[in-house]
Amino acid sequence: MSQPAMKQVFKRPDSLKPAETHYCPGCGHSIAHRLVAECLDELDLREKTIGVPPVGCAVLAYNYFNFDMVEAPHGRALAVATGIKRVHPDKFVLTYQGDGDLAAIGTAETIHAANRGEKISTIFINNAIYGMTGGQMAPTTTLGLVATTTPGGRDPDRDGRPIDISRMLAVCENTVYIERCALTSVKDIKKAKKAIKKSFQVQLDRLGFSLVELLSPCPTNWKMTPRKAFEWVNQEMIKTYPPGVIKDTTGY
Amino acid sequence: MRGSNVVGEAAVRAGCRFYFGYPITPQNELPEYMSSRLLEVGGTFIQAESEISAINMVLGASAAGARAMTSSSSPGLALKQEGISYMAGMELPAVIVNMMRGGPGLGNIAPSAADYFQATRGGGNGDYRTPVLAPAGCQELAELTFTAFELADCYRTPVMLLGDGLMGQVMEPVVFPDPIDLESRTPLECTLDGCVNREPKKLYSMYLGQQGELMQHNWDLQAKYETITAKEQRWENYLTDDAEIVVVAYGTASRIARAAINELREKGLKVGLFRPITLWPYPKKHLRALAGDKVKMAVFELSAGQMVEDVALSVGERSEIYFYGVPGGVIPTPADVTAFLRSVQAEDGKKGRRYEI
Repeated sequence: MSQPAMKQVFKRPDSLKPAETHYCPGCGHSIAHRLVAECLDELDLREKTIGVPPVGCAVLAYNYFNFDMVEAPHGRALAVATGIKRVHPDKFVLTYQGDGDLAAIGTAETIHAANRGEKISTIFINNAIYGMTGGQMAPTTTLGLVATTTPGGRDPDRDGRPIDISRMLAVCENTVYIERCALTSVKDIKKAKKAIKKSFQVQLDRLGFSLVELLSPCPTNWKMTPRKAFEWVNQEMIKTYPPGVIKDTTGY
Repeated sequence: MRGSNVVGEAAVRAGCRFYFGYPITPQNELPEYMSSRLLEVGGTFIQAESEISAINMVLGASAAGARAMTSSSSPGLALKQEGISYMAGMELPAVIVNMMRGGPGLGNIAPSAADYFQATRGGGNGDYRTPVLAPAGCQELAELTFTAFELADCYRTPVMLLGDGLMGQVMEPVVFPDPIDLESRTPLECTLDGCVNREPKKLYSMYLGQQGELMQHNWDLQAKYETITAKEQRWENYLTDDAEIVVVAYGTASRIARAAINELREKGLKVGLFRPITLWPYPKKHLRALAGDKVKMAVFELSAGQMVEDVALSVGERSEIYFYGVPGGVIPTPADVTAFLRSVQAEDGKKGRRYEI
């Protein structure tokens, strides 16, 4: 009797190392890492990629991603990435940044790299909280969400309102493609992957700056179960940050 | 050629093709020069959105294997310390120019040497040092710019060129070193250029391990700093052989001092100059060699007294130490220094003061 033909249909992407994760159960980073890695594999970019992780929970991304990476000071990923891309215009340069990194301490670096139209792809993880430091308010913390520095929940008079930096960046003429996706359902994850791949294509085609914002659950610091955290993204977080294409001048 | 342009031209000849900076007086001529000169040689100039961004662009370009440079003046250097500390920790080369101005805060734009502590003691967070070169004229600006890039590559460390507004403005003839052949430069081992046929590289300054990894990293850095200290001290002795008073001064102050020394020599006073060229590593032993019972050290600075501490560490109680400093962007004349040295000779305390250890 002959063996049935076997075909591998699922494996770890080459762009991910076989490492044990330090991320918490239910954290969105693992999903986002995998999507980035799958897209790099599919576009055959792993050996061309130089990545810049943030300061925050994903600071150790270089332990998971299987390509060249260089740490940046908190918030400076897009300045560091600018330096790299200008030296190696033919390489693929990626930043992977959290909300504190990209939209608080690194706001200037973010806006100006985008405004220069740097040919860089940015993955923006919005989990509305400071994860690594233990749950303090993020620039993206939604109104009412209780952080360790917002007793009683974020108050617009006291703490300001959540910042929508993706929409702000869309104003810059040199930003080409900006989309917001969630990581909290199969359907959304598939959409997110499509968006990430498209933003990578934008860089390959040298069109300008692109960014994909990913709404990502943080059960630990939201003090929710993973299931509840996923539901909270789908039911509450999307009210402040509605998923969808924010800007697209690619002409694809 | 003007001092700032000399640094720019020398940097280009030393293989620098990437300059990132943010305008601040008194060093704007340098980024302006680089903005057009780098165009001619196919390099990249970016006027960054801040000093912090500029130094981090340098970090990225350096990680990507390029000779990269930024420049600024005192308040801007304060902002750059974050990136310098990271580059020290990640062992990335870079050249950073500080054309100092008076402080604290905005101070003013006149020449000053008030950033000596910041430059020679690390400047940012953590246990690190950066080699600091202090040129005293256009020819040296050109040569030390080359040296700065060579040291940066050799030891994989940020290197600082420390001048002031006067050094940036001074116009003198220069003979430039020949341009290096960029093609022949061997890429540094830390260069990130995509992991073709090799394992991925990661550059970082964070060591979270529980087995003393950060401590070991720091000891490795210290070992490198000891090598630099042993091998890279630079200084100049001027008329020190028979000197009974040795003026210790660097940069602009050393030029003022030299004029005063020449004048006093004509009048028979045995004065000389010890001019440190590397401020870190400080040429301690070479200064100590000049010290003795019959020799007074006369330290002259464009600050309220910073380098004088290194003189004290070098000389100890072997010589009496006198100090005359002018902080806050006022440029003293050779006559001021002459009066100081006369006062040192007479021990009358009329100009400057005795520095007690």
